[in-house]
Amino acid sequence: MTGIAGADMALLQTGSPRAREAAWKLSSTSAYIRIEGVSKKFGEFTAVNEVTLDIFRGEIFCLLGGSGCGKTTLLRMLAGFEPATTGRICIDGHDMAGVPPFKRPVNMMFQSYALFPHMTVENNIAFGLEQEGLPKNDIAERVAEMLALVKLDEFAKRKPHQLSGGQRQRVALARALIKRPKLLLLDEPLGALDKRLREHTQFELVNIQKRLGVTFVVVTHDQEEAMTLATRIGVMNQGRIVQVGTPQEIYEFPSTRFTAEFIGNVNMFEGKVIEDEPGHVLIESPDLGGRIHVGHGIASAPGAAVCAAVRPEKMILSREAPRGPFNAAAGTVREVAYMGDVSIYLVELNSGKTVRVTQPNTRRHADGAFRWDDRVWVSWHESSAVVVTG
Amino acid sequence: MVQTSNLLPHRFVISGRRLVIAVPCVWLLLFFLVPFLIVLKISFAHTRLGVPPYTPLWEWTSQHTLHLSVTAANYLFLARESLYLEAFLSSIKVAFISTCCCLLVAYPMAYGIARSSARWRNVMLLLVVLPFWTSFLVRVYAWIGLLRNNGLINNALMGLGVIHEPLVMMQTDFAMYIGIIYSYLPFMILPLYSNLEKHDLTLLEAAVNLGATPFKAFLQITLPLSLPGIIAGSMLVFIPAVGEFVIPRLLGGNETLMIGRVLWDEFFNNRNWPEASAVAMTLLLVLVLPIMIFQRYQAREAGAGLHH
Repeated sequence: MTGIAGADMALLQTGSPRAREAAWKLSSTSAYIRIEGVSKKFGEFTAVNEVTLDIFRGEIFCLLGGSGCGKTTLLRMLAGFEPATTGRICIDGHDMAGVPPFKRPVNMMFQSYALFPHMTVENNIAFGLEQEGLPKNDIAERVAEMLALVKLDEFAKRKPHQLSGGQRQRVALARALIKRPKLLLLDEPLGALDKRLREHTQFELVNIQKRLGVTFVVVTHDQEEAMTLATRIGVMNQGRIVQVGTPQEIYEFPSTRFTAEFIGNVNMFEGKVIEDEPGHVLIESPDLGGRIHVGHGIASAPGAAVCAAVRPEKMILSREAPRGPFNAAAGTVREVAYMGDVSIYLVELNSGKTVRVTQPNTRRHADGAFRWDDRVWVSWHESSAVVVTG
Repeated sequence: MVQTSNLLPHRFVISGRRLVIAVPCVWLLLFFLVPFLIVLKISFAHTRLGVPPYTPLWEWTSQHTLHLSVTAANYLFLARESLYLEAFLSSIKVAFISTCCCLLVAYPMAYGIARSSARWRNVMLLLVVLPFWTSFLVRVYAWIGLLRNNGLINNALMGLGVIHEPLVMMQTDFAMYIGIIYSYLPFMILPLYSNLEKHDLTLLEAAVNLGATPFKAFLQITLPLSLPGIIAGSMLVFIPAVGEFVIPRLLGGNETLMIGRVLWDEFFNNRNWPEASAVAMTLLLVLVLPIMIFQRYQAREAGAGLHH
């Protein structure tokens, strides 16, 4: 165990992305940000409820949730704009209680960018260093460095209102990075950009993060943004962290119904546990009109009400009944949507429930393609379903 | 077919817009430009006894010739007589000090109102505007009641034993400044408030996040961004304060020379309308010129920013 940890630590030094990905999987690595039982109340309203979370050095950690889930409040508490009602926030081993925002080793990129309208791009970026009282030459040098990093050299003398949305976003990023913070907070960093620019900027953000080795904490409501940016995602709902994991873990093994439904599309089958073994679970589901066999054990008693979640792309559509007594139901194709790479089918099962099935279009001339009102079978492999609670 | 149906309402919109703009234009023309031209005309005339107490600029004589008599004597007299220059300088000084004091008092008030909760904001704004509901003169007389030797302030201080003889406040510069600052304060608060209220507070958060203390953030963000409000408020106070006549007369001492007072004396006591008109025209020039220069400068500033 120590040997593996040592090897991983050695990899960490080289700074390869793989090594950094591994860092938070090691219990020996101490957290860079430690959030312990933090709550925030505005009067009667609890915005953040007993959140405990560790974020490690070099991560891009995404707080993902719908509006009003408390993700922005949590971010503002890290920046020091809101004091926590209860609990403790430590950054790099220092308790942040009572530390005013201008003394925190944290910079933030605001959702609206909050660029100073009366200052040029140059002066906006220099602002942070000017507060430190650095010599003018040093400031000019580092501003030029930052302008090059975000590719805005030609725009140094412009005012924010003379820039496009994408350019403003990069000024905001440069301004937040010039103090070389260990931790950068990003509030919906791509929210104000159009779709084409988002994709481009997304990769640029990740590149800059890797080059500078900054820890990013990103707040977003966009699951796609979270999936592509994040090394880990914290899903939030009603002020609580519902699940923390890598994008793959969150997508493939959602622990709650909320997570499963919030990220990607999912078919939910409600049912009762009738057999609970360490290796598998059997669920009687009226939604399916049959039994669901899940290839992993869960911690619940027989008779408990649970949900089995199956992603649309993990479902198999066929004309003949599949072998085996579980994980299958007959139905009728009600909708077909041809997307090019995949086709989406809405199938009404005999139980009355409609499920969503995605099938890749592997052949150009799909003579056997499914059409409206075709009688079909829907099935899935026993490893494809996940049992979720709530 | 489609075009004509589009054109018709468009035309109505244009004529409607013209009508709306025409009303204030005609108003300004009638009640501002025409009196201005009359005063301008009188300022180039000679004084005489009679009605009106000035000579006409042009006259048809019996030989059908046009007789013109224009004189710059009134303006030359203004330049020669040091009384006028002193009065001008003294008025500008009084207006300047009053504007500065108004700004110092009004800025924190406007800031406080702009940052308070929506419920209190309206109450406080109402309190700022409330004095307008009573006559301006009544409010100035109320200050006499407060400031005079056996007035409220002196009585209170003597009653408390702080002083044994009344402080002489009436007929002093102090009383005059109090009166002017008090009267013009709302004109400073309101433009400042309407500017400060629009500020994006995340800018301050951004500044603080980048290491600025709240005070430094105020100096570097809020203050420069409120400059348009400061300028608007200062003009609203400075311009009428230069020509202020009533407050110095009622509260100030006799020795305080104000151009408004000189103008009054010239007009009503000396019945020298041409000279009074020359004073008025010069006053207008003194006030309008800096404003125009400033506006040109602002326009250029904005233009320069765009072409960079």
